[in-house]
Amino acid sequence: MLVLNRKEGESVRVGDDITIKVVGIEGGQVKLGIEAPKHIGIHRQEIYVAIEKENAEAANVSENLLNLLKNTKKD
Amino acid sequence: MKVETKYFGTVEVDAEELISFPHGLPGFESFHSFVLLPVDELGTYFALQAVDEAGLSLIVTNPYIFYKDYAFDIDEQELSLEKPNDVAVYNVVTLKDPFEKSTLNLQAPIVMNVRERIAKQVILNDANYQTKHPLTQSNKGGESHARP
Repeated sequence: MLVLNRKEGESVRVGDDITIKVVGIEGGQVKLGIEAPKHIGIHRQEIYVAIEKENAEAANVSENLLNLLKNTKKD
Repeated sequence: MKVETKYFGTVEVDAEELISFPHGLPGFESFHSFVLLPVDELGTYFALQAVDEAGLSLIVTNPYIFYKDYAFDIDEQELSLEKPNDVAVYNVVTLKDPFEKSTLNLQAPIVMNVRERIAKQVILNDANYQTKHPLTQSNKGGESHARP
């Protein structure tokens, strides 16, 4: 892992078109401003991991469980 | 073309029915081609089946059946959306036994351009929406009428 020191207002360039700027530092929190092309997904890591985990859990369905849906009646 | 599925054996699918996920799905980033197969007779639930992996199938549903006020912003550009009719939204169901414990992931809707057949699982930054909302709302008070 590359570790860099940056002050408030300074930036890091990643590749050709991604810039990450330290917008502010306050009370143990760093505020980052990220400029990147639209197609680059930017997410808080723990949220992305939560979605991965939920998808994995949702994919882990047995055929028996699926039968529950076929027996569910709608309004 | 023939597609091997997790729940329905081998099924015949038109190439036009395939849905392209250029980024895959979180946790399943390497699968880019899926098909929606109806699960129940009423057309409430679908299996989002990976074309190249029979074992990968997620149950999805129309979220508005359950949460009629569900709302979020869509990046029209990314999915080349031109008009409202282009959009379909599906959310992943995490099925549980008993069924009442099943949940709906409102934090990560699957947004699809039905004209171009491309889709993406979007991750919302909205504190109102989490990964596990009840699919049946029988425990809730009178405010919710989406489903008895």
